[in-house]
Amino acid sequence: MDLGFDVVDLPETDHVAVGDEAPAFTRPLVGDEFWEDRALADLVDGPTLLLFHPMDGAFQTTYLYNEIDDRGWADDVDVYGLSVSSPYEHKRLLAERGDGIRIFSDPSATVVERYGVDHDVDGMAGITEARPAVFLLDTEHVVRYAWVAGEHPEFPDYDAIEDAIDELSDRGPE
Amino acid sequence: MSKQPITLYRLQACPFCERVARTLDALGLDYRSRYVEPMHSERNVVKRVSGARSVPVIVDEEAGVTMSESANIVAYLERTYGGGASGDGAAAGGA
Repeated sequence: MDLGFDVVDLPETDHVAVGDEAPAFTRPLVGDEFWEDRALADLVDGPTLLLFHPMDGAFQTTYLYNEIDDRGWADDVDVYGLSVSSPYEHKRLLAERGDGIRIFSDPSATVVERYGVDHDVDGMAGITEARPAVFLLDTEHVVRYAWVAGEHPEFPDYDAIEDAIDELSDRGPE
Repeated sequence: MSKQPITLYRLQACPFCERVARTLDALGLDYRSRYVEPMHSERNVVKRVSGARSVPVIVDEEAGVTMSESANIVAYLERTYGGGASGDGAAAGGA
């Protein structure tokens, strides 16, 4: 199918990969009602899905949360988002979607860069944001599934993530 | 995880909240900040905790104390943790 436009390739990145321990960080974590500084290390006590995504309001972010809500992943694993948007923007996002999900705020993009998923936005001077990226962590904080966008735009393989969640949760498809 | 015994519900740049934060700092108390929204209608968590939607609110878990109103909170903190000194009020009196 001719889409009439070119998908942009993103540069190669040395990102966090399967088998790595998830880099530790502390950032404001936003829920439905308030935000407070939380350390990832203190939160992970079972299968945990960590989703890096573009700024709140970008269509990739909206589609991501819509899909996860449809699939109900937050019922099965702990799900945390992360973007460079402010806590106020995360609160707006969570008022409409992301049921059961909390979102880290990383405006300096230092966590984004530590995970190797940064993307300098063309035409928005000074803004580095997260590429779409998905990391599934086990109880020991070890990455068991990793996907990082290599094109712009690109969406995760939701079925593959679901398989990885099922495998890690030890409750394979019936 | 490190569990801070005192939680401060606060609004960004609210002078009364800053006053409480400065008092906590001056007394060397470890606390965690929970930020809420400017809109009163979006502060249900504060209402559940304290019975009203105003901030600041502190929850001092070990003492079993939940308290609103910055003047009350500052007086409580200095009475409870100030070791009898009364100088911290002056340090926090800039607002």
